[in-house]
Amino acid sequence: MKALQIIQSAYRCTVEEQDDPVVWFAQVLQNNGGEIDILLKGNAVNYVIAGQDSSGLKFGKWQQNQPAKLDLDLTDCLKNGLGIYIISEDAQDRGIPTDKIIAGIKTVSRKELPALFEEYEQVWHW
Amino acid sequence: MSKKTLTFLLMDAPFEQARVTTAFRLIEDALEKGHDVNVFTYEGGVSLSFTEQKPHPNAVHGRSVVEEEHPLPKDWIAFIQEKAKEKGCNFNWINCGLCLDERGVNDAIAGCERGGPADFLVWAKNSTSTLVIGTK
Repeated sequence: MKALQIIQSAYRCTVEEQDDPVVWFAQVLQNNGGEIDILLKGNAVNYVIAGQDSSGLKFGKWQQNQPAKLDLDLTDCLKNGLGIYIISEDAQDRGIPTDKIIAGIKTVSRKELPALFEEYEQVWHW
Repeated sequence: MSKKTLTFLLMDAPFEQARVTTAFRLIEDALEKGHDVNVFTYEGGVSLSFTEQKPHPNAVHGRSVVEEEHPLPKDWIAFIQEKAKEKGCNFNWINCGLCLDERGVNDAIAGCERGGPADFLVWAKNSTSTLVIGTK
């Protein structure tokens, strides 16, 4: 089944889970025969910035050693055949420079979304 | 700097929002500066200290449970408790009892007690400052 995952809640529990749970979920679906793509919306467009670094968290003597690497997770998604889109206006609103976006990400404008949705049997908004 | 007493109310459940991490960072910084800290958890926040939290491997990342080093909020609390002791600070933690019962998460790690809003009110009255971090 071809399904589009729209991710809007950015950085939700990425500290504890060490990844984005919807990106993770999409990868599991893909690995189990789904045809999954991802559309990043709102603050989630920030996921496509290459080189983001969330390391350094520590509480007392505990230190996080496997922090989330969302850009690398998306790169893995692309390698596994998931398509990844961002809404161009959301990226522009946040001043995300195009030269910082990881390779392989596709941009769509808001007015192109209905046509994009028509390509999928189901669209799930997280 | 004179010693202060700071009270926090946390409402977010574990594994949801970065507000929990931010709150823990504020709490640790307060202890680092030698202040006493009280934490009252409400609604989903009572699960932060639940003993049955367990780490898991991450097959998508190809990491075993050991390699993943999955962060658990109950462990963060324990490390912060340890830090409070080292700094000679009082660090008190009370979970809302009704919220614990609703969720079946009564087994909290040592040092996290059961109480109610009245305990929070006493803390707020006797603290230098109180910060409520509600869920959104």
